[in-house]
Amino acid sequence: MSSDLATARPPLTLLSEEEIMFRDAVTALAEGEVRPRVQAMEAAGKVDPALTRQFFEMGLMGIELPESLGGAGGTAMMIVLAVEELSKVDASAAIQVDVQNTLVEYPLATYGTDAQRQRWLTRLTSNTVGAYALSEPGSGSDAFGLTTKATKVDGGWRLSGAKAWITNGAEAEIFVVFATTDPALGYKGITAFVVEKGTEGFAIGRKEDKLGIRASSTTALHFDNAFVPDENLLGEVGKGYKIAIDTLNVGRIGIGAQMIGVAGGALAAATAYLKERKQFGRALAEFQGIQFQVAQAATELEAARLMVYNAARLKDAGQDIAREGAMAKLYSSQVAERVTSVCVELFGGYGYTKEYPVEKFYRDAKIGTIYEGTSNMQLQTIAKAVLR
Amino acid sequence: MFDALLPLTETQREIQRLARDFAREHIAPFAAEWDRDQHFEPSLVGKMGELGFLGMLLPETYDGLGLDASSYLLALEEIAAADASAAVMMSVHNSLPTQMLLNWGSDAQKERYLKPMARGEMLGAFALSEPDAGSDAAGLRCQAVRDGDHWVLNGTKAWITSGTYDKLVVLVMARTDSPDARRGSKGISAFVVTPDMPGFGVGKKENKLGLRASPTVQLVFDNLRVPAENLLGQEGQGFAYAMQSLDHGRLGIAAQSIGIGRAALEAARDYADQRRQFGQPIRSFQAIQFKLADMATRLAAARATLHATAAAKERGERVTQYSSICKLFASETAMFVADEAVQIFGGYGYVKEYPVEKYLRDAKVTEIYEGTSEIQRVVIARELYV
Repeated sequence: MSSDLATARPPLTLLSEEEIMFRDAVTALAEGEVRPRVQAMEAAGKVDPALTRQFFEMGLMGIELPESLGGAGGTAMMIVLAVEELSKVDASAAIQVDVQNTLVEYPLATYGTDAQRQRWLTRLTSNTVGAYALSEPGSGSDAFGLTTKATKVDGGWRLSGAKAWITNGAEAEIFVVFATTDPALGYKGITAFVVEKGTEGFAIGRKEDKLGIRASSTTALHFDNAFVPDENLLGEVGKGYKIAIDTLNVGRIGIGAQMIGVAGGALAAATAYLKERKQFGRALAEFQGIQFQVAQAATELEAARLMVYNAARLKDAGQDIAREGAMAKLYSSQVAERVTSVCVELFGGYGYTKEYPVEKFYRDAKIGTIYEGTSNMQLQTIAKAVLR
Repeated sequence: MFDALLPLTETQREIQRLARDFAREHIAPFAAEWDRDQHFEPSLVGKMGELGFLGMLLPETYDGLGLDASSYLLALEEIAAADASAAVMMSVHNSLPTQMLLNWGSDAQKERYLKPMARGEMLGAFALSEPDAGSDAAGLRCQAVRDGDHWVLNGTKAWITSGTYDKLVVLVMARTDSPDARRGSKGISAFVVTPDMPGFGVGKKENKLGLRASPTVQLVFDNLRVPAENLLGQEGQGFAYAMQSLDHGRLGIAAQSIGIGRAALEAARDYADQRRQFGQPIRSFQAIQFKLADMATRLAAARATLHATAAAKERGERVTQYSSICKLFASETAMFVADEAVQIFGGYGYVKEYPVEKYLRDAKVTEIYEGTSEIQRVVIARELYV
């Protein structure tokens, strides 16, 4: 084996100069601008619009898009770094950035026409939040059992139905919506549309009262014969399922990044506490029973990080990431849940109160095994790939 | 669920039914609202007292029901299945302060405090932890100094369950050794304290992840004057009393954990039957079946271990190790089961419209209070060499 093979590919966690600069800028934003707002945003159930503006100004709302569309000309790996750094401080702020990049801009950039890209992506990179609408009250894991109906009319389509669990629903003005043009066709009837806020017959529904990521809005959407013009059809009629799956594959890397960030944030808080808190005349960090729990948590987190980084770098290399993305999301969300739960316990009674940050990390982590495909759905994707 | 494993007597079945009916009528319908508002419902104390639930383990001579440990734990499980906050009030009262008074209290103390506690006219609380003395309970610093026919207490106690209730009887552990001749855990004594004593203050109330309908507060003693006759048992024995009582307390927390877990399993079982995806109820998928099976298996094991330990305790066996085994396993089971229940509910499990996210929040504390899981492991390992 030639040695230059080893040197040509740097280790996954070794960042380039550009990546380091980018990450450090996001870290500074997270510490300087996000952290002081976390408690207020959690209480208000809303990401501060001033913070969202800063995300736009910094280029975080279009990381991978070319500069010609107002993007930062970055990579999937940089999306991961941004989401991870933000999640170390607040998973709700992070998911706003994540969804914009992976679930909204990615499908528009990949499946949109030049005109559509110009029309929507320039706004999405500069001042407009977007959302992705696939799930419905009766179709969660069975996403393609959706019943929102698109009926062809002169010059466009009429959409009727209800969507559920829409992240950023309260802030978004541009929605990627999946509907069926013919329920009899099953998944082959699914078609993607872009629907703008303000469309007649389209209303944003009630906000969910959630266990965690409380500052992130999760809403229902209602379509009552809403007219969507032909030029808002994304991709081909009946090909929406492909767009939906491809987009979720990419989205899962982002959720993986969110989860390693949440776990990292909790672990950092816990390690600081363990060095400070004394019982039996010694710092908790000096007890083996504590040390080994921290070591186990850190090891699992490192493994999860490698999986997430690898999936992102594979995507940047143009490789298929369906399997690796699902694995990264499955594992990192499980790790985040375990690590944050251990961190609550390491804080003892204090971990159970809102005075310390770990109970929030724990509540926030729990969403990772649920959204953008529950763990069972990841297992299904992985099983298909492995047993092919 | 799981009753076939326990040879329940008619009385035990009766108590279980009574608790279940009470919980369904007076607790379950309000649990979500109390959780949202962090509301402690004071009328629950009186109602539970009338049924005898606050004197289950006390002999009839002290107005108790004189029941065995299993009956009590079955009742506690039913209350916890409806609301873990109501259960912790019942558990702390029955297993810590009332047991301490029963075992080491004077006749006068029993007459004055234990009887009204058994009737639910007074509620018990337990004050051992301090802000800087949690797992290291013997490191507590609250100081008691003798002054004539009183003890004068100064210090802050932390994590006091039910601490805002006005008709409270608090068993307080404080140091009676002098600062220049510390005697470690032997320098700690127990006192019977009520909020009407001068110098008694309620400090900050904790804003918690779960168990939100159970007020957890700090108690602040500023020259608190406690009559000398309110010293419990012997001077210097307070820590030993507290530790022995915690053996009992841990069985209560195990029962609470099992109640939370059972409620989560029942909710998940029903949801998996009703929720349809891919054209069928999700319970027809093996992935869901296996989750439900694991949840049921761990719960059955936790419950069997708990009641085997309760029976051993009734026979007079020393159950320090088994109490910790019960608490450790049951609390980790509650977390596992609640977590899987959220998972089976999917997005619906993450919102407050359904009860399972509350089960998860409530379950987490069972790994922390009355000794963290780490402390249970310390006890279990140590007892292997006794």
